[in-house]
Order: sequence, then C-alpha cells, then structure tokens
Amino acid sequence: MTKLFGRDIARFFILIALQVLVIDHINFYGYANPALYILFILLLPFEIPGWILLISSFLLGFSIDSFSNSLGLHSAASVFIAFIRPWVIRLAGAPAEYEVNLKPGIGDMGLRWFFAYSLVMVVAHQFFIYTLESLRLFEIDLILLKTLIGSAITLSLLIMIEYLFMRRRN
Amino acid sequence: MRHIFAFIWKYNFIFLFLLLEVLSLILIANRSFYHRSVISNLTDGVTGNVFSAWSGVTSYFSLKRENEILSSKNARLLGMVTQNQTTADTSTYFVSDTSFAQQYKYMVAHVISNSSTHRDNYIMINKGSKHGVKADMAVINSEGIVGTVVSVSPNFSWVMSMLNKHSKVSARIKRINQMGTVVWEGGSPATGTLHDIPAHVKVLPGDTIASSGFSHIFPEGIMVGTVEEIWIEEGSHFYTINFRFSADLNSLHNVYVVTNLYREEQLELSKNVIND
Repeated sequence: MTKLFGRDIARFFILIALQVLVIDHINFYGYANPALYILFILLLPFEIPGWILLISSFLLGFSIDSFSNSLGLHSAASVFIAFIRPWVIRLAGAPAEYEVNLKPGIGDMGLRWFFAYSLVMVVAHQFFIYTLESLRLFEIDLILLKTLIGSAITLSLLIMIEYLFMRRRN
Repeated sequence: MRHIFAFIWKYNFIFLFLLLEVLSLILIANRSFYHRSVISNLTDGVTGNVFSAWSGVTSYFSLKRENEILSSKNARLLGMVTQNQTTADTSTYFVSDTSFAQQYKYMVAHVISNSSTHRDNYIMINKGSKHGVKADMAVINSEGIVGTVVSVSPNFSWVMSMLNKHSKVSARIKRINQMGTVVWEGGSPATGTLHDIPAHVKVLPGDTIASSGFSHIFPEGIMVGTVEEIWIEEGSHFYTINFRFSADLNSLHNVYVVTNLYREEQLELSKNVIND
C-alpha cells in the first residue's frame, strides 16, 4: 500500500513539472491548453478515501495555479473532477470487490474502459476551466471550440503516456 | 449537536468538495488581496526559482535567434554613430538638463515564464522590488508593447500580458490621431482588437497603432500593432478594428521595464481634478 502511494506522490511532482515547464508552452494558435496533469487524479487507486482524493486534487490544482498565476482556476477544476470521479467510475463499470490493487489505468482495465472513463473526466475538466476562465456568456462559441480541441489533444496525450509507462499485469 | 456532526461526517465528501470549491472561487475573486498576502510571496519565490533554473537551460535554444536580433540592432546603432560623427554639429545638439528632464527610465529584464494559451496570460520576469520594479509599470520590448506589472516579489515580478481579459491600453491610430482602447478578446495570440474609434473617420488596413501616453503608464508612441480588419457592429457608432501585435507575445526573451518618473505627480494632479 505504501509503495502504491509512493508512486502516486512521485507522479504528482513529475506531472506538475511536465505541465508547467513543457506542456504549457505548446501553443495551438491559442486555442488549446492541454492539461496532462489530471492524469494524477485519473490514476489514483480505486479504493482511495474521498477526503484524500479531494485534498490531493486541490493541492495539485493549486500548484499548477501558482505556476501560471491563475489563482483558483485549476484548483476549482481539479476539485470538480475529483468530486465526479467516483460517479464516473461507477458509470464506466467499477471492478468487482474481490479484485484488489487494481489501478484505473489501461494496464489493468483495458483501453476501452480507460478511454470512456478519461473522456468524461477530460471533457468535464476542460469545459469547467474554459467557462470559469472566461465567465462571459457571449464567448460560448470560443469556450466550446477550446473544450473540443483541448479535450482531443489532452485525451491523445493521456493515452500515449499511459501506453508508454503502463505495467502489464501478469 | 451530535446529530449535526454525524450528518456532516456522513456527507463529508460533499461538504469537503463544497469547501474546497468555495475556497478556489474566493481565490479567483480576491486575486488582488491574495497578491498582497504572505502566501503569494512564498509561492512566487518557489515558482520564480523553478522558472529561472529552467530558463537557464532553455535559453540556450534561442541563443542563435537572440544573436541575430542583437547583431542587427548593433548594426543599426553603429550606423547611427557614424552618421552623427560625419554630419552633426555638436553645439546645436546640446541638451540642457533643466529643459529636458528625463521622464521615462528603462530597465532590462529577462522573461522566465510566459504563456499565450490561457484566457488570462501572465509573464514572469527576473526583476523584482529589489531592482525597483513596482506594480503598474509598463513592460515593452524592442518591437512594441508587452504588458503591465501587476505583482512584485523581491526578485521576480508577474506582468499582465496584453493577452489578458483585464488588459486595457489607451492607444491611437498614428495617421489620423484618433484615440481608442486596445483589448484582447481571446483566440489567436497574434491579433488584438481596438475599440472606440469613431465611425466618421477613415481607417485603412496597414495603419499603425501606437500607445497614446495618456495612461501615465506607457510612454507615448510605443508601437502596438498594425490594422488588419475594420468593421462596424450593427447599430454602433464606433469601429471594431482587428490588428496584428507588433511584438511577438508568444516568444519573448528580453524586455524593458519602463518607469515613469512623473507618475506620482500626474496621478496626484488627476486626483485633485476628480475630487473637485
């Protein structure tokens, strides 16, 4: 169990560094800001207690916010998708009770499951962020366009990274 | 009382969610308060050090481009020097200190973090209160206007980029001398929008937009961009003008922080007028 959390803590810092030093500088003509860092929230163990899920997501968002001077924005979005995560997992099909130590990644749950699960999470996150960022109703077309492009790029990145670093179950 | 605690405990997931969400929204709403607080000094210190260490690595990749810019600038300056030596009569160019007091001071700073993908973009520079940077100072580069300083820690400062919802800069179209307001309405980081130019004057694509100097922040005549598209919204008496920024706000390396030495005096004066 401690070993599992160790991997999650390492992933927390690596993803923040990757997000603020590399991903934030990728610019699709200003129409997308892929959010790779939410992979941390996606890959937390199934059996994680709710309060750790919420607080670690808040800390993750707050760190990203400190680096991009967008106070509260990423914190709010991260806490939001952490809140809907148990519901999304139930929707995508939770693993049976007796299967312990499963992780919500491609390695354990398969590509189709992971795709459905992360699609809902990514779209929710991107839509939440761009709406909160703009807070202007007349920019709704721009918000939807950014959500579409941002989600597509984020999702492809997530799946690519998952394939690169996944550990197959024997 | 026990029932209340039991109730909160039962739904702790929802309550914790609401608490953290409200906390985030308070942070968003009270941005200026946060900037003055102790936590922001701490986080700015951490992020500033991470960014400057990283830019120490990445700045090597842009050395070639920076070199080219510097050598072309050198060539231009050299040209000016020789011109002066051959044609100028120094006695007629004598500058009296008392009649030409300096109003703007320029300080070089290095950009250590920049973004253009958000709706509100900020730039971090490696000069802070220790070097005399204060909030509301102008930031420009050799090509044009870049932004305004919004928050300062001892060694670093956050600059509100022109690519920001809250950025409003007073500017004028040079050829016809008409005043307007420059904003950024999201989308492409290469183009901005100029409002409030009355529809009875004639604006042409290619016209130069420069700062007006009325804001007490930007010096007069700093390039903002060139006009691209012009139209009039239904029922409006003003143009909406799309223009291309002269500075490439997505690739900034060295910038100048501009100090207006008379800012206090100008603000004091306008305060008196408004109070009357």
